[in-house]
Amino acid sequence: MSRIFVTDTTLRDGSHTVSHRFSPDDIIKVAGGLDKAGIDMIELGHGDGLTGSTINYGFSEFTDYELIEAAASVVKKAKLAVLLLPGIGTVEDLERAKKAGATAVRVATHCTEADISMQHIKAAKEMGLWTVGFLMMAHLTDTERLVEEALKMESYGADVVYATDSAGAMLPVDVTEKVTAMKKALKVPIGHHSHNNLGVAISNSIAAIEAGATYIDGSLSGLGAGAGNTSTETLIGVMNRMNYDHGVDLYKAMDASTNGLIPVLNEKGLSPQTNLDAMMIGYSGVYSSFMLHAKRAAERFNVDVRDVLMELGRRKAVGGQEDWIIEVAHEMSKKN
Amino acid sequence: MDRVKVGIIGPGNIGLDLLYKLGRSEYLTPELIVNIRHSKGIEYAEKMGIRTSTEGVAAILKEEDIEIVFDCTSATAHEVHAPLLKEAGKFALDLTPAAVGPYCVPAVNMDDSMLELDNVNMVTCAGQATVPIVAAINEVADVAYAEIVSSISSKSAGPGTRQNIDEFTVTTARALRDVGGADDSKVIIVLNPAEPPIYMRNTIYTKVKNPDIDAIKKAVEDMVEKIKVYVPGYQILLEPIIQDDIVTTMIQVEGLGDYLPVYSGNLDIINAAAVNIAETYAKKKYGGEKNE
Repeated sequence: MSRIFVTDTTLRDGSHTVSHRFSPDDIIKVAGGLDKAGIDMIELGHGDGLTGSTINYGFSEFTDYELIEAAASVVKKAKLAVLLLPGIGTVEDLERAKKAGATAVRVATHCTEADISMQHIKAAKEMGLWTVGFLMMAHLTDTERLVEEALKMESYGADVVYATDSAGAMLPVDVTEKVTAMKKALKVPIGHHSHNNLGVAISNSIAAIEAGATYIDGSLSGLGAGAGNTSTETLIGVMNRMNYDHGVDLYKAMDASTNGLIPVLNEKGLSPQTNLDAMMIGYSGVYSSFMLHAKRAAERFNVDVRDVLMELGRRKAVGGQEDWIIEVAHEMSKKN
Repeated sequence: MDRVKVGIIGPGNIGLDLLYKLGRSEYLTPELIVNIRHSKGIEYAEKMGIRTSTEGVAAILKEEDIEIVFDCTSATAHEVHAPLLKEAGKFALDLTPAAVGPYCVPAVNMDDSMLELDNVNMVTCAGQATVPIVAAINEVADVAYAEIVSSISSKSAGPGTRQNIDEFTVTTARALRDVGGADDSKVIIVLNPAEPPIYMRNTIYTKVKNPDIDAIKKAVEDMVEKIKVYVPGYQILLEPIIQDDIVTTMIQVEGLGDYLPVYSGNLDIINAAAVNIAETYAKKKYGGEKNE
């Protein structure tokens, strides 16, 4: 199976959630963690893309260029991407973003309007940027038309073309149909970006991969417009369970959220409904009511609750064996 | 007496729509429409009984009778055409974002001196629709920042607009400052493929220094009347409302349904403005003699 490339958009799609109030310091805290986790591409900037800071979409306190410079100061390995919507941002804005440190761009149009991206995709390629074609609101057109538009973006030089579910309106069956057809028609890789508005973001991401997509978007805690995106942490957990080849470390992605994003959000008065302990229950395959017990035991013996749950999973503990939790945590504390 | 003869370069959406509008003019007559190759647009014009040529601008330059030329090609092409038309002594109305000559928005800045020039630029459809509103508000409230969101139906946006969307937004933004009088500006263009197609819609946000909403409303109303003289389908959707120092105004442009159906108000407004200038030019030059 092909390697899966993960783009994290916490600092771009998540910009909507914080009303475009991410500061360069916030960016540094989050982007550093994402890079260490092995995220392939980090997207950042105003939620509506370059120069999206307007009356119409909401002003941001910092320019996209200040945010890119901040990210570039800590990111060593990942590609740094900006979003560009033709009709809002221009090629000139992209040149400035490149100077600030962007190494990739996602050129986004409505799913039937790919031809307005020609000048931007071509210019991005000439600038040497990794260039992604992003066909938004993909639920609003049929598969045949979506493929036609994707082929246009490919012909302009896009390195990857996305079926983007901007409304979170697609079901796994829709994703399967659209991605399968795009995969068949295009030579370049296919990507998928989901929103969790119908609670199927993860399922859609998996459906996309099964249909041949190799570029998948997530965001920490699923931070993003509407109900948010696919949670990067959950995506990595599920991909591990499915034995997909990818480059992201699960614990480090969780740490980027817990130690990077969550404090930043708390400072802004936001407390996302993220429960990574619960995710670990599913990931390790232990009885759900173990969660609170494991959390208490981890605190008591000063060990990582994730390791406790993983070990319980390895030992195939079943429902009712809460007593094993204490033993596992205690044993781990002796090894530390 | 004859009407003033007009040439058109580029038989796309804009050029073909102009044929209808010029055909109704009492002062102008569409004499020749040219392209650099045979095309559906050329066939369409032929069916309308208009003389055509596939020799491009050269065909127009050969005809001394043609006094006014509408260039509906692209910015790059107009940069080539402009000096040739000037040399041939023709009055050029530039409907591309090339802006070789100054911007003209008839309701705001058309005067006699503009008609003495050899080349006038028509900004963009969004510019023709929104600059007058910004200018009206600026007159009474001093606009520090103007931001417009222009939504047009996908069907009414031709390949020229699509391949040059940056020029479109940059030109419109510049006209909001240069002609509208805003200190700073931003333009957002959205294409919407909904069926049936949406009407051209423009939201005009202005950040003002003197937030006197009554004076602003009056100024906008007066301006709308001025525009309606040459764009009958221009209408207010949301009269100016204010929150803090930000004024929001929305307008809609219903077209006349000439080449494209009424939803294409964007074609109508730029073409109506161009024809308005050409007619004023013809009236000034011949004092109305030619059509008597």
